Amino acid sequence: MLANRVRSFRGGVHPKGNKEMSMDSAIEMLSPKGEISYLMSQHIGAPAVPCVAVGDRVLVGETIGKAPSFVSSDICSSVSGTVKAIKPVPTSSGDDVTAITIENDYEYESVEGLGEPRDYEKLTKEEIREAIRSAGLVGMGGAGFPLSVKLAVKDDTKIDYVIINCAECEPYITCDYRLMIERTEKAVLGLKAVLRLFDNAKGVFAVENNKPLAIEALAEATEGSERMIVQPLKTKYPQGGERLIIEAVTGRQINSKMLPADAGCVVINLSTIMATADAVCNRTPLLTRVVTVTGDAIENPSNFEVPIGICARELVEAAGGFKQDLEKIIFGGPMMGASIIDLDVPVTKTTSCILCLTHDEVKNLEATACIRCGRCMDACPENLMPLKLKDLADKRRYEEFEKLGGLECISCGSCTYACPAKRRLSQSITAGKREVLARKKAKK
Amino acid sequence: MKLNMSISPHVRAKDTTRSVMLDVAIALIPSIIIGIYYGGWRAALVVALSVGSCVLCEFLYDKLMHKPNTIGDCSAVVTGLILACNLYSTAPIWLPILGGAFAIIVVKMLYGGLGQNFMNPACAARCFLLISFPSIMTSYPALDGVSSATPLTALASGEATSISSLLLGNHVGTIGETSVIAILVGFLYLVIKRVISPRITLCTVGSAALFLVIFGNMAGLDVNMGFMTTQLLAGGLLFGAVFMATDYVTAPVTKWGQVIYAIVIGLLVAFIRCFGGSTEGMSYAIIIANLLTPLLEKATKPKPFGVRKETAK
Repeated sequence: MLANRVRSFRGGVHPKGNKEMSMDSAIEMLSPKGEISYLMSQHIGAPAVPCVAVGDRVLVGETIGKAPSFVSSDICSSVSGTVKAIKPVPTSSGDDVTAITIENDYEYESVEGLGEPRDYEKLTKEEIREAIRSAGLVGMGGAGFPLSVKLAVKDDTKIDYVIINCAECEPYITCDYRLMIERTEKAVLGLKAVLRLFDNAKGVFAVENNKPLAIEALAEATEGSERMIVQPLKTKYPQGGERLIIEAVTGRQINSKMLPADAGCVVINLSTIMATADAVCNRTPLLTRVVTVTGDAIENPSNFEVPIGICARELVEAAGGFKQDLEKIIFGGPMMGASIIDLDVPVTKTTSCILCLTHDEVKNLEATACIRCGRCMDACPENLMPLKLKDLADKRRYEEFEKLGGLECISCGSCTYACPAKRRLSQSITAGKREVLARKKAKK
Repeated sequence: MKLNMSISPHVRAKDTTRSVMLDVAIALIPSIIIGIYYGGWRAALVVALSVGSCVLCEFLYDKLMHKPNTIGDCSAVVTGLILACNLYSTAPIWLPILGGAFAIIVVKMLYGGLGQNFMNPACAARCFLLISFPSIMTSYPALDGVSSATPLTALASGEATSISSLLLGNHVGTIGETSVIAILVGFLYLVIKRVISPRITLCTVGSAALFLVIFGNMAGLDVNMGFMTTQLLAGGLLFGAVFMATDYVTAPVTKWGQVIYAIVIGLLVAFIRCFGGSTEGMSYAIIIANLLTPLLEKATKPKPFGVRKETAK
């Protein structure tokens, strides 16, 4: 069923979408040629602990990294082969993370029972939760929050919305869009499985209205269902932000100290719900994901389904390689993605896009004085005063920073995007926020 | 292959400080054209001298202080244009030069340059000139060879100006303030281009109208239709409400702060015009309200998303 009113939130910005580059290229399966490397930290929470040793043979679907605590996630091998190395590697975040490297034997021999279909309706709630936990499912939109933790709400009956976040509000990225139109039924299946856990909940596919085909497909697939609707959203960044999509769909607001469950919501990214369908109904843990390879430096912008752990360089080569010299590569979208220093890094559970740009438009930008135009305030979805927060963060006046709501910042970058003086507002505020949180942690 | 690294976001909106300033300059063009149409080459000269003085002063100040050159942001051009709009076309040639120098050096640069000044530079310069050279600043040019009073001084002797004259601007006034149509064209341009929100301008004019009725009656003035239209459409009120009260740097950034600030301006201008010695008063009203800006911002800071009263500290 399709909701008839388009909803949204206050604030936000309208960066150029650039989705047309890759939105018409169907998802292609890509088999890895080289080694596969799994970072033990692809999620929020404690890094997984390797449970295989160098020299071991592993199978497709075998758990190679175990979650050591509740807020963490298992990691499964997406190929069969031999464990070649277990050692720390540098990552784009600057921290070294332990990685398991597997030499692919290209036989794709899988663990017993992998891919066996089962009926979610016949599973108990506990079995569904266990399937999700052991599948290593995390938020695949970028944050990487473990899904099992998300679903472990205090009171299942108080959840009245399961929101599938299909906003895909970052420019360039089209992986979720392709999944919505190519594998609509699977998305619906995933949502149905999750709805089994929450008896009072309504399932909502929340999609930005720049994806009419996806809205149409989902509306058709949910036709006649009493528990599922499709909610069109205004095309505006950061519509996919968790707090903002909750507000758009339900009108309820949560702050940094609250969880979606406090507003009766569970929010799950579209790619994640696809993987949930596989985990629950096909006995397949999170082994692959769809990645958009795009940008003006790419010969043939594409959407690939790849095994997690594949080297990013292989995706770029499969997309025809670079047609020109390039200046910047971003993992994720241009608003919140991280620039990377080279392509020899593995795809993780949260890699939605490899964006290759010939021109880095921020490279020579010089920040000038704030003219107090207030555009950062109009852009801020959190209704903050970025101009003042940046000043307080830069001057390390953290007490005032916190008082003015600095911790509510979601680091969406809208203020920096909007600033005519090209000031790096969100960068300073994010740094300030991290410092304040670190100090709080140290005090405890 | 050498790749650039930076913290997100990796894209930016097109607008720059310079493009914003140029939009304000464009919005001032209709008023300046009308001013030059009625004031002739003298008006053009005042505009040129005022802008020239502002830009040159900023350039020299940066140079002498060994600071990076900032005239490229075009804010000095806007200050110069607004100051010229506040002067009569018959002003002696040193007046716009002195005014521009005061606006840029004393009001703006000494406080740290763009974004740091606490009063609108053009507005403060006009007040400085009014206080220092009252007779020169209030000697009106003759229109069509016939010397006459401004609509507001005429009103003081009981004579309202026709609306058509106020709309077109064929009456005595400073270079930029006479034609209501020209000012409104500039206003619409700024609003449509989203350079300003109409909030401050509308609240200022609305508040001025309200308090003119209240104070006019208290002062025993004849508050009729002609009084109201002349008060609101003549003199610096509308020009100030569109181009000077809306100055980013010196107006509050918060919504409610802007509303209160605008109401204060309307109140002050009505007070000065009804009880004060001057028939004008807009510039004083604005610079006084400018001083309230930090306080208003503090008092009206927005509530962050999702933070409820009981959870906020």
